[in-house]
Amino acid sequence: MIQNAFFLALREIRRSAMRSMLTTLGIVIGIASVIAMVMLGDATTAYITQSISKLGTNMLMVIPGQERKGVPSSSLMAKKFTHNDIEAIKKEVANIRGAAPVGSTMIRAVYGNQNYSTTIEGTDNDYFIVKDWVFASGRNFSEIELRSGKAVCVIGESVKKELYKDQDPIGTSLRLENFSCEVIGLLESKGAAMFGMDQDDVIIAPIRMFQRRISGNQDISRIMLSASSAEVIESAKASTIALLQERRRIGLTQEDDFFVHDMREMVQTLSSTTKMLTILLGAVAAISLLVGGIGIMNIMLVSVTERTREIGIRLAIGALEREVLLQFLIEAVVLSSLGGIIGIALGIGVGVGTTIYFDLPLIFNTSIIFIAFLFSTCVGIIFGYFPAQKAARLNPIDALRHE
Amino acid sequence: MIQEEKEPIISLRGIVKSYGSAEATTYALRGVDLDIKQGEFVAIMGPSGSGKSTVMNIIGGLDTFNSGEYNFGGVDIGSLSLDQKTLLRRNYIGFIFQGFNLLGKTTAIENVELPLLYRGFSAHDRSEMAMNALRSVGLEKVSHHTPGQLSGGQQQRVAIARAIVTDPFILLADEPTGNLDTVKGKEIMELLSSFNKEKGLTIVMVTHEDEMAAYASRIIRFRDGKIDNSVHTKIVQ
Repeated sequence: MIQNAFFLALREIRRSAMRSMLTTLGIVIGIASVIAMVMLGDATTAYITQSISKLGTNMLMVIPGQERKGVPSSSLMAKKFTHNDIEAIKKEVANIRGAAPVGSTMIRAVYGNQNYSTTIEGTDNDYFIVKDWVFASGRNFSEIELRSGKAVCVIGESVKKELYKDQDPIGTSLRLENFSCEVIGLLESKGAAMFGMDQDDVIIAPIRMFQRRISGNQDISRIMLSASSAEVIESAKASTIALLQERRRIGLTQEDDFFVHDMREMVQTLSSTTKMLTILLGAVAAISLLVGGIGIMNIMLVSVTERTREIGIRLAIGALEREVLLQFLIEAVVLSSLGGIIGIALGIGVGVGTTIYFDLPLIFNTSIIFIAFLFSTCVGIIFGYFPAQKAARLNPIDALRHE
Repeated sequence: MIQEEKEPIISLRGIVKSYGSAEATTYALRGVDLDIKQGEFVAIMGPSGSGKSTVMNIIGGLDTFNSGEYNFGGVDIGSLSLDQKTLLRRNYIGFIFQGFNLLGKTTAIENVELPLLYRGFSAHDRSEMAMNALRSVGLEKVSHHTPGQLSGGQQQRVAIARAIVTDPFILLADEPTGNLDTVKGKEIMELLSSFNKEKGLTIVMVTHEDEMAAYASRIIRFRDGKIDNSVHTKIVQ
């Protein structure tokens, strides 16, 4: 019986190809937009996750003051870190690959007749480990340079481009404010990270040089840590907190005057935001599917009225009610599934095109493709049932008289 | 082929059919008794509104009746469900209508195959049986034409092929020549008559044309929902 109904339904669809095409258009557009939206959303999420991980893998950032979103005012009041803190962390916190002190400020760099405003970060060699940063040319700081605070610096790709163009910067002397500094290394480009923040727009110098010549004090405003793997981030974070609490003599009832910022949290927050956005876009697209479903119902109802006589003939020569119902239901389901398949192909096409155009990572979410197909079939069943039932319940005598 | 004359395959007793309720009731049939025997060719005549089409629909299991008994080949039709009546039509009854009622945009052979489809024959059997039926009405050459490409007479012959392809017990024809001119109408009647004579096919036909009714072996006249008279024109072979 089902085989027969399929045969009849397919024949009918073939016979009225134009109408069938128009009927499925709503579903095609609905499914295509769901697929394209979700694909784009996934691509954006992956892109953001990737660019955050460019900042450094498994990174922890220790900042003085209490956690305040984006406002550094409290960190200005809180006690800064010292070199001894860094030493203690390196010695006592297990599972870390490196711990780098960081002090940073804006500075004007001059080379030849070029001048460029950028960020200078005072740190040590652990900085490159923590940030997973590789040298394009030159070398990192030597022990002596670090200890004495010699005026040497490593520059990022953007700084090199601005000041040196195609020239080799290694060995040249860069003028920073009122002193000059020898360029000993050039870092490989990391590319722009999120928020348009250019990671390559930086000059890196030994922390002692930074303190002596620029900040004028012994303070360390940040510590950057890198856990040896993703699994041990939590334990590294906990032992860092415990160590600093002890060193800064924070009582059990007191609030910490420092904060350990986990980069993963940032990743999670951001990716959950984009995931939310993906769901939202998908939901909007799903509404168009609903409209597509109503379109199918509409055309099927018109089709039932148009084919009243045919239904009458079928019923008169011996088609059971459920056979007529099945025929019309299968027609609706085949149309909507066909629309689903075309929509999936179109959606993937649009999705791939857009992600390539915006240079986003290509993510294939097979489950959404499966769900979309299932959904389109369900739309056919739900919106095809009412017209099919209407067809099956026709009185054959009246249907045969219908003009 | 021919049964004992005393055993009618269709037997109606006191069939009443009314529409509406209470005071507004209108009667289509006011107690009809009718026997039709195997191999008969019965013409039902009467003015419009006399109930001849209604009795036809009841015989075909398309319509219900309010009281009375209807026995079809030993089965009490009044007690059958909708689906059972459908199966009765599918397996034992062939229909021909005044308006031909072929499926448009569908070839002659596909139209003839339609009842076979519901009976569950394979594609191969379907086309073979349909082709045989078309041959018996002389239309094997236009088997792949759609109704739009056929004349009225040809369309009605396709409809006849569709009605007889399942080899029914009885053929019900509702004004089969109503939409045709006399020449074409007579061709159709000759065809029906030959099926009746050669294959012993039982035919019940509604018509208002005496010329067409003359082909039948018995003429039943309806008036105001009742049988007015019943005349044998020929002896049933």
